[in-house]
Amino acid sequence: MTAIMQLSFDVNGAPVVVEVQARTTLADCLRHTLGLTGTHLGCEHGICGACTVIVDDAAVRSCLMLAVQAEGTRVVTVEGLSGDDSLTPLQAAFRKHHALQCGFCTPGMITTLHALLTDEPFADADRIRDVLSGNICRCTGYIPIIEAALEARIAYQGKREDGRR
Amino acid sequence: MKAPSPMSPNTYVGQPIERVEDLRFLRGRGQYIDDIKRDDQVCAAFVRSAVAHGRVRSIDATAALAMPGVRAVITAADFDGPIPTIPFRRPNPSIGPYAQPVIASDKVRYVGEPVAVVIADTAERAEDAAQEVVLDIEELPAIVGMAPAEANEVLLFEAAGGNVASVFVGTLGDAAAAFAAADRVVRGAFRTQRQTAMPMETRGLLAEWNATTSHLTMFGAAKLPFFNRRAMAAMMNLPEAQVDYIELDVGGGFGARGEFYPEDFLLAFAARRLGCPVKWIEDRREHFLATGHARESACDIEFALRSDGIILGARGTLFSNIGAYVRPNGITPARNMVQFLSGPYRIPNIHFEGRGIVTNKTPAGTYRGPGRYEGCFYCEQMLDLSADKLGLDRLEIRRRNLLTDADMPYRLATISPSDGAAETFCDSGDYRSTFERCIIESGWAEKAQLQGRLIDGRYHGLAIGNFIEGGASGPQENARIDVEADGMVSVYAGSSAIGQGTETVLGQIAADALEIPFERITVLHGSTTYLSEGWGSYGSRGTVMGGSAVIDAAQGLIAKFRGAAAIALDVAEKELHIANGVASAPNGRSVKLAQMAGLSCDGSFKNSKATYTFGAAMAHVAVDPKTGHVAVIDYLAVDDVGRIINPLTLHGQVTGAAVQGLGSVFSEELVYDESGQILVGSLADYLVPLATDYPTIRCVSLENYPSPNNPLGAKGAGEGGIIPVGGVVLSAVTAALQSLGVRPRELPISPPKLWALIQQAAQA
Repeated sequence: MTAIMQLSFDVNGAPVVVEVQARTTLADCLRHTLGLTGTHLGCEHGICGACTVIVDDAAVRSCLMLAVQAEGTRVVTVEGLSGDDSLTPLQAAFRKHHALQCGFCTPGMITTLHALLTDEPFADADRIRDVLSGNICRCTGYIPIIEAALEARIAYQGKREDGRR
Repeated sequence: MKAPSPMSPNTYVGQPIERVEDLRFLRGRGQYIDDIKRDDQVCAAFVRSAVAHGRVRSIDATAALAMPGVRAVITAADFDGPIPTIPFRRPNPSIGPYAQPVIASDKVRYVGEPVAVVIADTAERAEDAAQEVVLDIEELPAIVGMAPAEANEVLLFEAAGGNVASVFVGTLGDAAAAFAAADRVVRGAFRTQRQTAMPMETRGLLAEWNATTSHLTMFGAAKLPFFNRRAMAAMMNLPEAQVDYIELDVGGGFGARGEFYPEDFLLAFAARRLGCPVKWIEDRREHFLATGHARESACDIEFALRSDGIILGARGTLFSNIGAYVRPNGITPARNMVQFLSGPYRIPNIHFEGRGIVTNKTPAGTYRGPGRYEGCFYCEQMLDLSADKLGLDRLEIRRRNLLTDADMPYRLATISPSDGAAETFCDSGDYRSTFERCIIESGWAEKAQLQGRLIDGRYHGLAIGNFIEGGASGPQENARIDVEADGMVSVYAGSSAIGQGTETVLGQIAADALEIPFERITVLHGSTTYLSEGWGSYGSRGTVMGGSAVIDAAQGLIAKFRGAAAIALDVAEKELHIANGVASAPNGRSVKLAQMAGLSCDGSFKNSKATYTFGAAMAHVAVDPKTGHVAVIDYLAVDDVGRIINPLTLHGQVTGAAVQGLGSVFSEELVYDESGQILVGSLADYLVPLATDYPTIRCVSLENYPSPNNPLGAKGAGEGGIIPVGGVVLSAVTAALQSLGVRPRELPISPPKLWALIQQAAQA
């Protein structure tokens, strides 16, 4: 249980080498070993989606993934999706539509939607709702989150010319 | 339209100002309790009772203490003298014996009750060791239902002699005479299920003890830091000045978070004993066992009616399952049902009794609209029963009984024994106005043809219900405004933030009151280090009370600015013209507020009169009789909040609360078995609404009837969205299924339950 393992991976574009217990989750490694506290833990059961990060371009629940499984991967957290000074178009749309209140589920919403819209920049409201059904928000009732995601799509569409959905 | 508030010109209040909080939340820069860390911190894990009712024979921590990193295992044996009990926030003469000791000693009374605390150098090690603490508990018969509890089949507290912990009676007029004079009496019995508020961030605290100064700091405060400081100081036998509560970002409250819990004291106790900071983050399964439950209630009530549908009176009994102990706010729902069941309707004669009943379940507290959601549900069902019995249209019976402008101020039922808020009056409004607006806005005239019809295999149903939302709980809130060295302005408020946008909303109010740009203001809130006394955010009071205190401080600051500017410019105060943060003298010289570093003014707002937001909600549902599934086709909420500070955050409150309410109606339930074991332990079996569930929620907010009771004219807005949901949605379902003779009488109406009722009706 307490075996210490060395782990090398890429976090938000920078290589890191850390030592973790074999049982440490990726979420705890990011939060407590690397100090990236933007990733939140809402249930540790893989249900609420607050801990979602992007591993090799896929949205992943970091509470269900062991840190050692991240060996050699590229991990992006909400911090890695944020500029220093300004909000990204997705974040700005969240703010405009009041798509967050307490902010606790928000990092998971941002990472999940970033992964979705990167892959499917023309996703419609039903598709967005379907994908977001794995992320629980207790404050907003989701409606403004869907509105924000729909508005933010345009920022992703230039990157995907084929319009594939 | 009523006269506008005295604040003018107003540049920010009423505007959809984007929130300042969002800049950190969206970038992962919020700072929640688990995001702070002390170098020398240790972590706590709680050993909890696995049985619902039992006698503690022994606790063996030998194995746990031998495990790596374990620093201590604290049990009741570590207390010299009596074990402290959790404080009450609402007085009642009979609840004393039902208080919860911070740690179980002789008896355990619910699954999840803290029995021991393990402290280790990491959370993992504390949790590992907690599993090795051996509890020997002799199991006693458990009692989970209110009826057997009331019959005293098993006593939770032998010394108290019964399981009814509290009784509140609500009276108005002469109920007996009203019933004697009635053309018709309608009786109904309904139930609401056990739920919990379920904020997305679980509870957590970090207790830091400074041995040199004998000072305790509790990080992770929420809701009511000043009350909790007072309670903690008394329990720790410290002067209040030696305890501080620090509020960080808070991941949702909804009534449950921030109340004083047993863990709060145990962490402080451990920090003092060990001399180092002690941190605890609740896990989600633990949250189901340990954080306050709510809403489990029942009623057996009667309405006295005239044949034209006018309600003459109401009477009966309301029951609230408060779980194993009376927690700080445990009896509030039972009490609120009694006072607020009549809601927006003119019921001139009332006699209700509300009982708080203890059972072997996790202790209850408040959840958004406590007692008000339940009371509204009961009232709306009784109106439907009454309309059906009298052969009246369901909307017409509501229209005939809604309060109007001419009734204001309108006295609600008086509560006895008094709890300090025994008398209250609806403050302003014509409650027909939101009702009629809801009829128009929802397109009722067109939709009404769908009522009860079977279309493509689904029965359609429509209903409109009405509600009031109490706000601006007294007695007071405080604020202070400082001009900083760099010319920026700091606004300190006793209101606390639980995700509702306090920094933005109070910033808007301050900016208008001071006539300075919003960007120059920083709002700091919640922590006990900012003000000598404050109250917090509960009972839909944060904006109304905090905002009114900010206005008082701003007016005081402007007066001080006038005095200081007069000296600086060498003119008489009355010659100065002050506007937009600049004091100008007739000779053309001027000085800015921003140049007045060090200028500071306290303000406060005292208030014993609640505000009452009012509104109506329309639900259009379609029921699939083959599955019992109910689709919400349309849901519209119309409310009048007196004064809109920020339409973005207001609509966020209303929409979010409505969706929470739909979870209450259809899917959320804390299920127990007969032995008192809780059968739900994750968000996979406690089903809160998801993004795919309720896409069609609309809201319209009005400000036609400002409250006369505060300078903003504002009323509370955090709870109104949820209050009518149970009542109006069940009404819509009963309307849909009227031809089948199906009338559910309890929530939730989950698909299997509704399907079973449809089957029963078909066989009957």
